[in-house]
Amino acid sequence: MQGTLYIALRPWPTLAVVAVLALLPLAAAAVDQPFYVVFATRVLIYALIASSLNLLIGYGGMVSFGHAAFVGAGAYTVAMLMPAGIVSAWLLWPAALLAGALLAFLIGAISLRTRGVYFIMITLAFAQMAYYLVLSLRVLGSDDGLTLGARPSLGLLDLNRDATFYYVALAILLAALLAMRALLNAPLGRALQGIRDNETRMEAIGFPTYRLKLLVFVVAGAAAGLGGGLLASLNGLVGPNLLNWTQSGLLMIMVILGGAGRLLGGALGAVVLLCAEEAIAEHTIHWPLGIGVVLLAVVLFAPEGLSGLMRRHRAGT
Amino acid sequence: MSLIAEQLLNGLQLGLMLFLLAAGLTLVFGIMDMINLAHGSLYMIGAYLAAALTGASGSFLLGLAGAVVGTAMVGVALEMTLLRRLYRRSHLAQVLATFAVILIANEIVRMIWGNQPIMLNTPVALSGPAELGAFRYPAYRLVVIGAGLAIALLLGLLVAKTRAGMWVRAGASDREMAEVMGVDTRTLFTLVFALGAALCAVAGALLGPLLAVQVGMGENILILAFVVITIGGIGSIRGALLGSLLVGLVDTAGRAFLPFLFRQLFPATVASEAGPAVASMLIYMLMAAVLYFRPTGLFPARG
Repeated sequence: MQGTLYIALRPWPTLAVVAVLALLPLAAAAVDQPFYVVFATRVLIYALIASSLNLLIGYGGMVSFGHAAFVGAGAYTVAMLMPAGIVSAWLLWPAALLAGALLAFLIGAISLRTRGVYFIMITLAFAQMAYYLVLSLRVLGSDDGLTLGARPSLGLLDLNRDATFYYVALAILLAALLAMRALLNAPLGRALQGIRDNETRMEAIGFPTYRLKLLVFVVAGAAAGLGGGLLASLNGLVGPNLLNWTQSGLLMIMVILGGAGRLLGGALGAVVLLCAEEAIAEHTIHWPLGIGVVLLAVVLFAPEGLSGLMRRHRAGT
Repeated sequence: MSLIAEQLLNGLQLGLMLFLLAAGLTLVFGIMDMINLAHGSLYMIGAYLAAALTGASGSFLLGLAGAVVGTAMVGVALEMTLLRRLYRRSHLAQVLATFAVILIANEIVRMIWGNQPIMLNTPVALSGPAELGAFRYPAYRLVVIGAGLAIALLLGLLVAKTRAGMWVRAGASDREMAEVMGVDTRTLFTLVFALGAALCAVAGALLGPLLAVQVGMGENILILAFVVITIGGIGSIRGALLGSLLVGLVDTAGRAFLPFLFRQLFPATVASEAGPAVASMLIYMLMAAVLYFRPTGLFPARG
């Protein structure tokens, strides 16, 4: 008996998507457009970050408007440690993950006392504090940001090769999505969705709702921190814009666009939004207008986001 | 002494302008339970219309009036075509839709007026300083403060003393009950939205000569307006006024005096970095502290 909350793993479509993603660098090399490999890597990293936010918004009902703070924590951790002589990704990326988790613990412990709209606003407040802190501290490069100098090293794998970095990012994203599925299918995930639907009742039944939410908040913050660390490693530079509230907004848009509360919602939203941006920007400088129209169409005609639309299409209704 | 008075006046001016934005935002949020990120876009449109009409007519007052009417019309059009469909949808859908409106509004403004900031000059008669007893203060800023106070007073009277104000308050505290008692909330929503848009235009036009009129000007002030209504309690005009003044004064005072204070307390190297850092974080600390102790703001409209 697999209840309605169980997230099944459909092997064939999954394998097909993974195969396409695995062949992408080869295709880019074949058409002589190596730029697209770096772009695709960025998309994969944003898919990871948006998925972590989806865990909060879609499954936990915690609409965090400050997710960029955790991304920034991870990115700046990597950017601070690299010049200090730590170049191994085995150390840098776990450090980024820990930085995201630690910040999420601090922010979550206070913010989770509030609910609904006030939770949105208090997470925004903390993210803004982080933004202004980064913006005014000279050790963190103020508004110029920091440069890394080189990409981290990862044992035998040479991250300076764009295709290698792409495959590493792809492996991390797939591992993260599998872990997210496992977490959601475990009792913790069921309890989380119960809290989303009726927190008071879950509390009455005896679940430690505050601690469960905080735990998931920290997990999501850790994943976002890792994403930030990956972004910094890929780009070779970090700037305060990474922590701007518009970044938090953009991540939120990705989740809603893809479908909050669907396992692949965040990833799908990141892919669609970034690719649409790239495609429209090639044709007109007024590309945000096109994105805006697309988003409006999604709100009006696909209320459950793109993955909801695809599901309805499959169900034939 | 005159430095403190000047900073107080600056804080008051910022607070009152924030109130013009926050009043509309808090009513839309409180009555319609609608998160409207596009409120900042109305402010931007108001400022651009004021600048363009002032340039065309040569009169700041005509520009202001035209901007108010024009922005209110844009607001009504937005409400009737799009936002009306979103009231019963989730907050997430509202965020997505109104974020899309921001993108579209920014690009349309950019298409019409270009990427560069445009000028909106201080009216000539008000360009000099005013003598206030012992010290001098820009006359235009005094007028902005006066206008802000007058509008805040009028709005307070409108909400507290008139029948329409009663409907608004009824809608904010319990929308369904207000509907059952015969309030035509559909029309009321449109009117409230028009009023909110008009107030945005006033703020945009008055702040235009002090800040740059440019694409994206709405986004940063939007966040401040959200901070204000969160501190004040969503749906409450009184809360919005108090929150605005608090945010305006704390922000201005923090920027003016904290670096000085820190220099007295800490070594110079620490103070030169920490002062400005803490000053710009101050209002967010204030908001986090308010929410920590009063999780629904200072004057929650819903009991």
